[in-house]
Amino acid sequence: MLEIKNLHARIADDGTEIIRGLNLRVQPGEVAAIMGPNGSGKSTLSYIIAGREDYEVTEGDILYNGESILGMDVAERAASGIFLAFQYPMEIPGVATMEFLKVSINSQRKARGLEPLKTPDFIRAVKENAAKLNIKMDMLKRPLNVGFSGGEKKRAEILQMTLLSPSLCVMDETDSGLDIDALKIVADGVNALRGGDRAFLMITHYQRLLDYIVPDTVHVLYKGQIIKTGGKDLALHLENNGYADVIEEAA
Amino acid sequence: MTIHVPRIHTVGEKALMAAFEAARPVLPGNAAIGAKRDAALALLRADGLPSRKIEEWHYTDLRTLLRGLPEAGKIEGANPLVKNAIVAATDDEGVVHLSQMHGVSIASMAPAFASGTAEDLMRIDSHSDSVGLISTALAATGFEINVAESVEAAAPIQMNFASQTSLHAINRVTIGAKSKATIIERTHGGGLSSVITDLTVDDDADATFVILQELADDATHMARLTINIGKNAKVMLVVINTGAGLARREIDVTLNGEHTDFRIRGMNLLSGERFNDVTMVVRHIVEHTSSTEFFRNVVTGQGRGVFQGQIRVAAEAQKTDAKMACNTLLLSDSGEFLAKPELEIFADDVACGHGATVTEINKDHLFYLMARGIAADEARALLVRAFVSELVDEIDDEALHDALLDRLAKWLATH
Repeated sequence: MLEIKNLHARIADDGTEIIRGLNLRVQPGEVAAIMGPNGSGKSTLSYIIAGREDYEVTEGDILYNGESILGMDVAERAASGIFLAFQYPMEIPGVATMEFLKVSINSQRKARGLEPLKTPDFIRAVKENAAKLNIKMDMLKRPLNVGFSGGEKKRAEILQMTLLSPSLCVMDETDSGLDIDALKIVADGVNALRGGDRAFLMITHYQRLLDYIVPDTVHVLYKGQIIKTGGKDLALHLENNGYADVIEEAA
Repeated sequence: MTIHVPRIHTVGEKALMAAFEAARPVLPGNAAIGAKRDAALALLRADGLPSRKIEEWHYTDLRTLLRGLPEAGKIEGANPLVKNAIVAATDDEGVVHLSQMHGVSIASMAPAFASGTAEDLMRIDSHSDSVGLISTALAATGFEINVAESVEAAAPIQMNFASQTSLHAINRVTIGAKSKATIIERTHGGGLSSVITDLTVDDDADATFVILQELADDATHMARLTINIGKNAKVMLVVINTGAGLARREIDVTLNGEHTDFRIRGMNLLSGERFNDVTMVVRHIVEHTSSTEFFRNVVTGQGRGVFQGQIRVAAEAQKTDAKMACNTLLLSDSGEFLAKPELEIFADDVACGHGATVTEINKDHLFYLMARGIAADEARALLVRAFVSELVDEIDDEALHDALLDRLAKWLATH
């Protein structure tokens, strides 16, 4: 599904290298967790996969379903089935949430050669999935994410993810800013999407999220490289012992 | 001793003087009005058009900018902005259509020219008042609209100005006490046009005034709206400028009564080599009044925009609450927007603020939309539309809201 080969990337503005020879494989249907201390490059990795222009890939490649995505822009990557759930979803005043959802769904359908979704079908899909995530329709009448609480924003991200039905979900610190009830709703939403070939890259600082969304593999990111890979037990080990011994072992 | 040196006139001034002289014999009005027109011509001949040396015109050097009179433009029919609007229409030749509505009188300005009662609308406030000067010299049409007391107008009333070569209108609009009405001033076509409107909103009234200027890109337009508001009234002014190669729009508002609230929501969309000036004064002269003046500008190509906004709070006007903002989205490197917001406050117990920003499209927002599969161009368009439509969203009348949004969207889709 996703293969990252010897990836080097830096901040376009000042040339600071953040990703330094990163290798990672995620199989179809796999839930892979990326953990790491602050500043290790976790969020940067998610942005680079999504294609954010602020970063420059200087070496290596990112293959998605066997093909390089480095030449594709952000929208093309999204339309090809890569979804980034933001750590801090943007508030965009003036853009109506429902219109945004419709435009994004139909943009992706168009890119895949499908007819636009008919309005009644679209509304039905939004209503059904919003109810499951405990999102009230009133919330969707507001401008995109404007005035949403932290929890509401994360639920709105999962709603978008559900409606867009991607094949690779990159989730950047989805647990940050969530209380335990909100975390359960979000985790249920994610777990409902598991299955088939759909793969997940869960980027997280804490193990807590992984109690609810149990990963198949856990990778430790440090200074722009994956320094250790293991099963779900590795996350528990990190929770109990911190990153120090894993970092020491790799050094 | 003063030495008079004969002025050397610019091409634009000469063209304007020739137009004044050619029109003078056929323009309507009694002797008093005729004298005003002659005085306007004499003033233009003596002082010429204002240049950047005159403070009010510092960013809009009319002497340089007016290079001649624009070509004639094509005009559309008297199209109502919203389906149910009652339309009063004029073109270069005069009033062509009037409608009636219960509780509202809609009349042509023609009798007021003949009797001379239009005289107070023909004001030249200073030697550099070119808007007043051009209007006074050339005004030939216009409307008198009077919404009686305690009337809720059943539909918006639209004044339609279809300018082909030269349309100059003066209008008097009164919204009676305890009444509610929406008035639309729509200008389209080309050539040289001017629209001067005096709006009076009486006590306890609720008025919405919409200006939609959609002239051709090479048209020249001079406009002034003077508003006097009584007590306990609510007035919302929506201004949308999407056309004209050279336009100056003056807005002069006085809140004369306590507990009155005034709002401006202005949108200036600039493209090509168009130049657009909005010069506004809002005067708080009594206690307990509030106002908000919000402008959003979009500049593409080599468009140039000017905003001079002034809030004046008199010493008596304690507890004034006034806020002004001028935000510009600059979409090209060669576009330009100059904002000069000013507060002049003589009272000591007020809450007043102003701010001006010039920004590009927010890259974080663009990234977010594209990360959902929306192509770059469409995502940009969505963000530009969002930037301006936020102001329109404050309009409660759904049909009017949708119609204005549609006009904005059409412009954005083609520029």
